Amino acid sequence: MRKYGNASRIRPSEITPEGVFWNRRRVLQSAIAAGVLPGAVAGAAEIPAGGEFAQLRSWPGSVSEAPNSWEEITNYNNYYEFGTGKEDPARYAHTLVTDPWSVEVTGAAGKPGTYTLEDILAPHTLEDRIYRFRCVEAWSMIVPWVGFPLADLLARFEPESGAKYVQFFTLLDPEQMPGVRRRTLEWPYREGLTIEEAMHPLTLLTVGVYGRVLPNQNGAPLRLIVPWKYGFKSIKSIVRIHFTDSQPRTSWNMAQPSEYGFYSNVNPNVDHPRWSQATERRLGSGLFSARTPTLMFNGYAEEVAGLYQELDLVRNF
Amino acid sequence: MTKLQRSLSKVALFCACAIPFVLIVARATGFGGLSLGPNPVAELIDTLGITALNILLITLGVSPLRRLTKWNVLVVYRRMLGLFSFFYLALHFSAYAVLDLRLAWSTILVDVTQRPYTIAGMAALLLMIPLAVTSTRGFQRRLKRNWARLHKSVYAVGILAVTHFLWQTKLDTIEPVIYAAILSVLLGERLVRRALRMRRAHATKAAAAASGPAQ
Repeated sequence: MRKYGNASRIRPSEITPEGVFWNRRRVLQSAIAAGVLPGAVAGAAEIPAGGEFAQLRSWPGSVSEAPNSWEEITNYNNYYEFGTGKEDPARYAHTLVTDPWSVEVTGAAGKPGTYTLEDILAPHTLEDRIYRFRCVEAWSMIVPWVGFPLADLLARFEPESGAKYVQFFTLLDPEQMPGVRRRTLEWPYREGLTIEEAMHPLTLLTVGVYGRVLPNQNGAPLRLIVPWKYGFKSIKSIVRIHFTDSQPRTSWNMAQPSEYGFYSNVNPNVDHPRWSQATERRLGSGLFSARTPTLMFNGYAEEVAGLYQELDLVRNF
Repeated sequence: MTKLQRSLSKVALFCACAIPFVLIVARATGFGGLSLGPNPVAELIDTLGITALNILLITLGVSPLRRLTKWNVLVVYRRMLGLFSFFYLALHFSAYAVLDLRLAWSTILVDVTQRPYTIAGMAALLLMIPLAVTSTRGFQRRLKRNWARLHKSVYAVGILAVTHFLWQTKLDTIEPVIYAAILSVLLGERLVRRALRMRRAHATKAAAAASGPAQ
């Protein structure tokens, strides 16, 4: 009989309870408004030794709904490199080594090379962004991510005119990742965006959640969050960024091309071949709650619809 | 086995079959720190479905086991097992129709007529209802030979249930494939028996024909 939750999670004394997180946010914001604290120090972003980010810039676009709990966000994950059950990543991802970490930048870029995580973060300012997250399995969460716009990072690599797409790769290491011994997906996990999608202000290079460093099961130390697309597009534990001129292969599309397309924009009018996408279930809403209607582009239509004016979203699912 | 032993063993089996239900209720109500997790509706539907399927396979295993061990007493447990499988199946469907879709009949209709995996599931449910209804000894007596014929449709229920499981699996098909393998063995036993019986009948007929005219 399995008890939900697992023994190896962070001890209660170490977690910033959600209440404290909210209080701190409010205090910081009013302190900044009152001129007591400077706004978050420009740049100088880094992974904090103690696990908690000191000063995060707040982001005006955050959704106002209450985020899901830390327990829900860190114990209900799809990270097949650590097993295909929802609780497997929380149980098994402790073997992932996230320090040292570096990202290889290749392809049509003026400044390719290998960048350490410290190099990647240093010039940027980390923000606190509360996003909607929508899985293709038709469940959703509200998650307070910590990160900065991917566009700001990519600009440093000087993408060339031939860079029409950006491809991303997750770490592949059978020693650290027990799940990759089975070819459930095409390893290494790979994803891709058009250059416009990658440079969009909503696309977040993410290093934390709830004001803390990303737990391994959520894609530590560095992952993408593309909130208007199904969650599998938000690739975890990035080790390589590749600029290319042709539409890159993505792992889920390679596994089941009729079900998972390159764009995978959240769209209530385009069903998954085997189940409906018209509604979703908000996690944490309990046994007797109703499903909620899926929002076009996961509620970010105003910000991203412009990217797809010319695109037939039924054919390009 | 004495009458008392039989009664006690049936009570024990009843309790064993009821344990999953008790656990589900405990998880749903948060008893003892147990829970259904952040997606309780999906977890409830899945757990009820798997339990129904597990008990169905055990039910299908009763007769082969009886033939293997010659423990004829095993047949007295078969009905209880079958009905418990139906019980969990009914709860599984109710959780889906009531908790997940909240009796939105138009959505349910679309699901059971247009989505392959719910069509398979619905077919399994519809086939199982007459089996549950005619499970009594009264019906056994009344239907006689036809009772056995009707209840052979449990094989189709098994196949549809495993198909329903396979078709709604996102990617990792290992679990439904294992169930399919177990089901194949259980149904295979029947097929092999039937083939052997036909061969024997054929051989007996041939032997009779060969020795007949000579007498």
